[in-house]
Amino acid sequence: MKYLLMIYQNPATWQAMPESDKKAFMDEAGAIVDELTASGEWVGGEGLADPSTAASVRVRDGVPAVTDGPFAEAKEQVVGYCIVDCESRDRAIEIAIRWPDARRWGMEVRPILSPDGVEM
Amino acid sequence: MRTDAGTERLLRELAPQVLGAVVRRYGHFDAAEDAVQEALLAAATQWPVQGVPERPRGWLVTVASRRLTDQLRSDEARRRREAAAAMAEPPGPPGPVAAAEDGERASGQDDTLTLLFLCCHPELTPASQLALTLRAVGGLTTAEIARAFLVPESTMAQRISRAKQRIAATGARFAAPPAGEWAGRLRVVLHVLYLMFNEGYAATSGGEASRPELTAEAIRLTRAVRRLLPGDGEVAGLLALMLLTEARRPARCGPGGALVPLAEQDRTRWDQELIHEGLALVTGALTTAPLGAYQIEAAIAAVHAEATTAAGTDWPQILALYNLLERISPGPVVTLNRAVAVAMVRGPRPALDLLAALETDERMAGHHRLAAVRAHCHELAGDHGAAAAEYRAAARTATSLPERRYLETRAAQLAAAAGRARAAGTVGGP
Repeated sequence: MKYLLMIYQNPATWQAMPESDKKAFMDEAGAIVDELTASGEWVGGEGLADPSTAASVRVRDGVPAVTDGPFAEAKEQVVGYCIVDCESRDRAIEIAIRWPDARRWGMEVRPILSPDGVEM
Repeated sequence: MRTDAGTERLLRELAPQVLGAVVRRYGHFDAAEDAVQEALLAAATQWPVQGVPERPRGWLVTVASRRLTDQLRSDEARRRREAAAAMAEPPGPPGPVAAAEDGERASGQDDTLTLLFLCCHPELTPASQLALTLRAVGGLTTAEIARAFLVPESTMAQRISRAKQRIAATGARFAAPPAGEWAGRLRVVLHVLYLMFNEGYAATSGGEASRPELTAEAIRLTRAVRRLLPGDGEVAGLLALMLLTEARRPARCGPGGALVPLAEQDRTRWDQELIHEGLALVTGALTTAPLGAYQIEAAIAAVHAEATTAAGTDWPQILALYNLLERISPGPVVTLNRAVAVAMVRGPRPALDLLAALETDERMAGHHRLAAVRAHCHELAGDHGAAAAEYRAAARTATSLPERRYLETRAAQLAAAAGRARAAGTVGGP
């Protein structure tokens, strides 16, 4: 089963962090990626550019409205994501718990809908 | 790369025999498995052009052995270079490649089972067992397996390579498990084949035509196990269960990939040939072998298969079989399925009581199938409002897109029925 792990951060606090702390964060996350790659659970993931570079798009009555900035105004924003393919929801949560951003901000674990199903 | 169907079938048939022969001779399961894959690829490109060699198995064993010994020699050479040893020792003698031609012997079949035991090693996760079995025993390429599981090829390659390392680390030898562990290990093998079948049976909503037929592969491998263990009732039961389930495939998907529930399937579209074979298998097993869970599940599938209409289903018989299954192999999923049979035989109320007990089971609480069965019971009881609410709850927790769509559709239908009933009540009321 695949899960999307959304990484949340407060971009302002991240920017204010000392370089050495940032590096420690990224090294820690990198080590988890290496481990998940080796175990065959890593499907993919990327970091995202700052939320200020986002564009939010809505179309109403055929008229597109494009605004700068993320979809939801909040202190904490999605700054990256991972997709893992693992045995259980518990295992996906266990990975999220170890992700460094979980200690400072938060992670959201969402099952990815399978395109397959069985009749009832 | 695609090759013609005949060559592909032959290669897949020979894959475990060739791997068995090579591992038996040289050991190094991990490297041998890679070498056999390379030999299979070479055959897939050469045979359609140059013709199938007279002794295809011998050809593959020779080519794989050569690749393996080359690989082992170059590993050895690299180790020597890295060690920068001053001693200039000559490299080890070349492997006895010529001896590979003795390869055509009856043990090829037994090697298939030994390989299955190795690939379904209890130290591996089910996902790894599945992947390794498909590659080493099924002869599928990593790319094909990755497509079947909808993950990138690199992810699947890692999973397979990690599985092989793990097996090496356990020190497992290429031999049948000791007598005391045999039955338990066979259970793991059958479970992996069962998972492989289920993985393939799940209907896909996307039009992925390239998705290989995992059900066909599971049936093919289970047939191979059955040929080796013709007297085992559970092997027969599992094969029967697969065939009876596979028989419904033509009827289980409606337009746009929508799932058609068992009760609404056009039974004339069920594959009668598979049904006959499955029925014969399960009947034979039930009368000659000790009873087991796969045989009972197959017997339940057989009762469904024998009913020409949904209304004609022998539910008392199905309930009796679920009672038996729950005794020998209890679990929340069995209880859930038994509740469906209880609802059909004794009515929705006793079924709902049974389901209430499952709500405290953390393996089941919040599972969409529990809410879906509850919805079904309310529907049978004529409480369309409660049924709609439960179908909506089930749709919210479903993690499969076609199942969610099915549950949402049912919720909408029942909400509409409840609305009509309310309207009729108002009109007809005082």
